[in-house]
Amino acid sequence: MTATALPRPDVIVIGGGLHGCSAALQLSMRGVRVLVLEKDHVARHASGVNAGGVRQLGRHVAEVPLSVASMALWHGIRDLVDDDCGFESHGQIKVAETEAELETVRARVAELNALGFTHEEVIGQEELRSLVPAIADHCVGALVSRGDGAAIPFRTTFAFRRKAIALGARFQEGGAVTRLARKGGLWSVETADGGRFEAPVVVNAAGAWADRIAAQVGEPVPLEVIAPMLMITARVAPFIKPVVGATGRTLSFKQFPNGTVLIGGGLLGRAVRDENRTELDFSQVSVNARTVWDLFPCMRGATIVRSWAGIEARMPDQIPVIGPSGTEPDLYHSFGFSAHGFQLGPIVGRITADLITGGATDLPIAPFRIGRFAA
Amino acid sequence: MSAQGSKFDFDIAVVGSGPAGLAAAALAASKGASVVLLDEQTEPGGQIYRAVTETPVRDRKVLGPDYWHGAELLGPLRDSGAVHWPGSTVWSVARPREDGPDGERRIQIGLSRNGAAAMLTVRHVILATGALERPFPIPGWTLPGVLGAGAAQVLLKTSGLVPSGATVMAGSGPLLWLLAWQYLQAGARIDAILDTTPKQNWRAALPLLPGFLRSPYLGKGMKLMLEVRRKLTVIGNVTALRAEGGLAGEGVLKSVVYTRNGTEHRLPADTLLLHQGVVPNLNLANATGCAQRWDEQQRCWRPTTDEWGATSVEGVSLAGDGAGIGGARAAEEAGRLAALDALHRLGRIGREQRDQSAAPFRAALDRALTGRAFLDTLYTPAEAFRVPADDTIVCRCEEITAGAVREAVRLGCSGPNQAKSFLRCGMGPCQGRLCGPTVTEVIAAERGVSPAEVGYYRLRPPVKPITLAELAALPKTDADIDAVFKH
Repeated sequence: MTATALPRPDVIVIGGGLHGCSAALQLSMRGVRVLVLEKDHVARHASGVNAGGVRQLGRHVAEVPLSVASMALWHGIRDLVDDDCGFESHGQIKVAETEAELETVRARVAELNALGFTHEEVIGQEELRSLVPAIADHCVGALVSRGDGAAIPFRTTFAFRRKAIALGARFQEGGAVTRLARKGGLWSVETADGGRFEAPVVVNAAGAWADRIAAQVGEPVPLEVIAPMLMITARVAPFIKPVVGATGRTLSFKQFPNGTVLIGGGLLGRAVRDENRTELDFSQVSVNARTVWDLFPCMRGATIVRSWAGIEARMPDQIPVIGPSGTEPDLYHSFGFSAHGFQLGPIVGRITADLITGGATDLPIAPFRIGRFAA
Repeated sequence: MSAQGSKFDFDIAVVGSGPAGLAAAALAASKGASVVLLDEQTEPGGQIYRAVTETPVRDRKVLGPDYWHGAELLGPLRDSGAVHWPGSTVWSVARPREDGPDGERRIQIGLSRNGAAAMLTVRHVILATGALERPFPIPGWTLPGVLGAGAAQVLLKTSGLVPSGATVMAGSGPLLWLLAWQYLQAGARIDAILDTTPKQNWRAALPLLPGFLRSPYLGKGMKLMLEVRRKLTVIGNVTALRAEGGLAGEGVLKSVVYTRNGTEHRLPADTLLLHQGVVPNLNLANATGCAQRWDEQQRCWRPTTDEWGATSVEGVSLAGDGAGIGGARAAEEAGRLAALDALHRLGRIGREQRDQSAAPFRAALDRALTGRAFLDTLYTPAEAFRVPADDTIVCRCEEITAGAVREAVRLGCSGPNQAKSFLRCGMGPCQGRLCGPTVTEVIAAERGVSPAEVGYYRLRPPVKPITLAELAALPKTDADIDAVFKH
């Protein structure tokens, strides 16, 4: 299980989700030798089973600069990973069901404009109808981000992995990291399946398990393990292109090219992370179904064929942890994306690689520093 | 009757009213437990005794005495006091929770009845979900005119329907012979039976023959096979099969092409009935989170159970073919054993009483299972019919070929769940019922490892499709729940 025969990696990435794979890819692109340690298999958890929204719309203002930069990478995703990742850009829309909600989205746009961002716009009822003919009559307008879209999560994460491997990265799957320690300028990482690896630098991209890694270096974080639920319908005739959310309630709604409709938005089931297991809460699934029933009358007779949940990390302030460790040198965090990390995958991998190879990033990551949780 | 005070709480829910479910519900209720028997069909019987109360096939010799035995299970159920809710589709069984104010174990079951969904709370669940036909992926198996022998038998039982036009049956296993015999009694036309039982299986099965000589199925099976062989054209040693449509292979079934002793032959056919055995219908148990294991002898996944049918999930047990193929008589006894164990776990009978009461059922179970290893070995389908060639479709819902699955393995997908995420195989409405065993075996063969190592799909509720409207209207109060269940 030890990698004695292979050259020592320069960087060990803990976690084979999209963020781990993206960091591995960006580092490999710069000639850095990377080893990714994944406790299950790549894209096993949130990265493989999320809703696939590629969204700038409605993000926390701290995330907006990163999200805008990531969007540029998404629009050239084939150049980055040699696969289009199923990415399609038909915009994302957040409907307003009342005048009061429309006021809220107007204020949001004013706030973003003041910060110099123009990707979000308010549209009225008429344009909403033309973009989403199936929307319920009572919806009065919407917030829209026209460059947004959606991709296929497992395929995306897999594509990042494949490209990273093509550039020299190695992946070790099936053994969770049990011990992380630094000695003489070298990290030593042990895995549950008996592996022991060394590298000068470590990236903690362990998702819902990242707090355990952080705790090993003396920086505990208030990470909450959550299980956002999704459901999918049998195929129906194509009727909608953009991804639709709601202003006053929880929803993410989109139709795949094959006709199936994905319904989610972040209502939570129960996560049992030590058993890799989630349990659905059908009273909450019912709330989600009710929202669709209200907003898309044409969907009332649609058949739900499967529902599921992924295991994710959520931080108390709903934004991720990105950047260097506060306690140890040569350790970088990238976790806690709080159920909206998919779109940020391409850019945060690059930020992490920038930090490791150049000591700095040109994007504002101060709000994401791990030290914000220190007492 | 219940800690919550709702009248729609039960001690035990039994899912499925085939032999295992009927026997389990009747026994548990007769000992005083409150029992609800849930089944999606409108009449009890499961698949094996399908429509036993109302079949239009009144001539008893057509379906045979084993079929009519099913009617004997209905009296005890009626007398037991079990509540029977036919037309109830169970789409979710949650893991037990003990976080109520009284700390008692409760299991939530999601079900649909008459177009409305509701959650039912029970303390123990016995899953008696039976078997499914093993997928038989050959080129052209998706053509109209090709169907499973089991499905064809359901049409015979429920509606008295037999195929019309040129009919070919192909495959192996007891059900194929039984159906051929039933068609003979009904006067249906069968042009040929293509027997795909591999010659070498006989060599492997022969050492197990002494066990089978004591099997209750031996006499009946031999008689039935001899009659079929006497009256019908049976072509043995068939090593390859394909169904063909019109020109360019489109449209509906026109002919069946088979290979025997290295030579291809063609038979015109309007109907092709395929069968190569049955496998446990484990979707509900899997979605509940019950551990399962690969059974090398039966070449299928089966939930892991103890000798009472208890699964790895406390409060959830299995009885009948859903826990491993044993046939109808074995299922009945397993249902009784699971019921006794459930009563014991609910504190209604002591361990000693459970064990004493179980003795005759266990003996009957052993008798029913006698010779099973011989049948399993003899009728293990040939690899060519389990692990098809590249251009054969394995996932019918998403039209994924065996070749696409192999390509996914080469790209790094090491098991069915990755293949599912990557290719969408098994993501359609059937949730892998038609492709699961095949995808497992194709990946295992491609990787050169055991199916046990590649695993199986993680299945998700709703295990049976429900409408968005049903989910949206999921009742929240006891009165609302009452409205769903009282009809």
